[in-house]
Amino acid sequence: MSALLQLERVSKTYRGGGPFSRGAEVTALDEVSFAVPRGACFGVVGESGSGKTTLTRLMLALEAPTAGRVLFDGEDVAALAGAALKRFRRRAQIVFQDPYASLDPRMRVRDIVAEGMAIHRDALKLGARAQTERVVELLSIVGLGAQHLHRYPHEFSGGQRQRICIARALAVEPELVILDEPTSALDVSVQAQVLALFETLKQKLNLTYVFISHDLGVVRYVCDRVAVIHRGRIVEEAETPALFDAPRSEHARELIAAMPDPDPDRSPFRL
Amino acid sequence: MALVEIENLHLAIRAFEGEAQVLAGVDLAIERGEIWGLVGETGCGKSLTGLSISRLVSSPPARYPKGAIRFDGRDILAADEAEMRKLRGRRIGMIFQDPTTNLNPAFRVGEQMIDVALHAARVDASVLGLDAKASARARRAAARALAVRLLERVGVARAAERVDDYPHQFSGGMRQRVLIAMALIGKPDLLIADEPTTALDVSVQAQILKLLHELAREQGLAILLITHNLGVVAQIASHVAVMYAGRVVERGAARAVLKAPAHPYTQALIASLPRAGAARGSLVGIPGVVPNLFSPPAGCRFAPRCPLAVARCGEAPPLEAAGAAREVACWRAERAA
Repeated sequence: MSALLQLERVSKTYRGGGPFSRGAEVTALDEVSFAVPRGACFGVVGESGSGKTTLTRLMLALEAPTAGRVLFDGEDVAALAGAALKRFRRRAQIVFQDPYASLDPRMRVRDIVAEGMAIHRDALKLGARAQTERVVELLSIVGLGAQHLHRYPHEFSGGQRQRICIARALAVEPELVILDEPTSALDVSVQAQVLALFETLKQKLNLTYVFISHDLGVVRYVCDRVAVIHRGRIVEEAETPALFDAPRSEHARELIAAMPDPDPDRSPFRL
Repeated sequence: MALVEIENLHLAIRAFEGEAQVLAGVDLAIERGEIWGLVGETGCGKSLTGLSISRLVSSPPARYPKGAIRFDGRDILAADEAEMRKLRGRRIGMIFQDPTTNLNPAFRVGEQMIDVALHAARVDASVLGLDAKASARARRAAARALAVRLLERVGVARAAERVDDYPHQFSGGMRQRVLIAMALIGKPDLLIADEPTTALDVSVQAQILKLLHELAREQGLAILLITHNLGVVAQIASHVAVMYAGRVVERGAARAVLKAPAHPYTQALIASLPRAGAARGSLVGIPGVVPNLFSPPAGCRFAPRCPLAVARCGEAPPLEAAGAAREVACWRAERAA
């Protein structure tokens, strides 16, 4: 199985200090390497400040690494420009954490989902009418319908908004979808529905996921392989069952121990 | 008599579209030393229940058409603002989800705690351990000493130095500790903790939960822990109340409710959690959406989403004892169990 996304000793440092001072450099990522095979769901777990967001920005070529390479389908994404970069932008998409903040409140659902299609019209070969039909099709894939086309984001619940975000990401027929804490703003009942949707879509559309989260329960449920990131370094990477059953690194052990178990008999505070 | 007694509480809020029936029968009784986990989906009225206990829901537009809240025997719904001000920050402490927005960034943490202590001391001079005639300087010094003591109590290292730090110099977990310390100043009987760990990392969450658990056990503090995280509730709550669309549908000892849920809603909620060993694709969630509170369904509000609903569910089921340690509001609870 060839890797769709591969990180080779990727580091990223930022200049420290405030806007007017020149402080010490901050190392956000330190020689991070992993490979995500086509069709996999790869989990990245870490606490706040561990470098998850920086990693996302590098994987999407929103920023260039200070050292190392991010390879997408064998090509270094930081070196892409022009038509090649545009092609990469279509092939790699993202769904963000907060469905309340990541939809433009003044755009209708149809325009939100179709915006990317218009940008990538050449690649997708869709006319204006075909575009609307495709939006309806995408909405039905994510469990919404044609009746929602002309509504605004505020008319939807959190779970429905996240579905709109998913439809928008899928509109340009991506191969890689980065899911950045996609369910942490949702109720568990809705989270379960959205996770089921991810699984169905992955099968149907042959997608590859990078699932970024701090929720270990969710990661254990959806990911094939998990990397634990701590202070910019990958401290452990393993197949999901191996990581949870026998974590080797101290940090992964701590994280797993701190997971709140919904079984009251497993609480550390009860006698 | 329980410390907090909420009986058949109804709350309606007027809005542009009409009047939303936000709470429609909340029943809850909290004793000293108990930790009650109040759980349910977004918009089911958990936070409004908490805010109602300290009368922080502004009315109008809200009104309480039915029901009662008693705190230590006192009728809260009949209390005036002056009376409530004596309870809030004194006998009822509150902490919220986002520890950053609840501290003023322009003042040192100690300064903010001293303000609270001096205010609490006006209501009850014993907070500072001084008599009413003590000089302003003496009161201030005592307030500062109290702030340091409480920061130590909640586990802030080097509290005597850190009391002069600004909020931005604390991490998220430390800020939440500062807010807990601040809530403890008035020696509260009840702490209302509304999603206190939702913004924190799991390892920090575990520390805060440990602290809350100790406070309940060692000082007899009653805690109303409002959260949507069943894992958090399973860790420290002694009791659980499950809310759906403004009603308590099931309540009782944490072990009874979480290990053997009787209400179909509680069961569905617990079944939505990804557990160890759950096969991918095995979670289904709860189909449908929470009802529109402007025109809620008659009878059981969960009936439209309930797999066990029958004709009788058009009539609201009462909260009735089911077993020794739990009550449930469902006609079909026996079938569901």
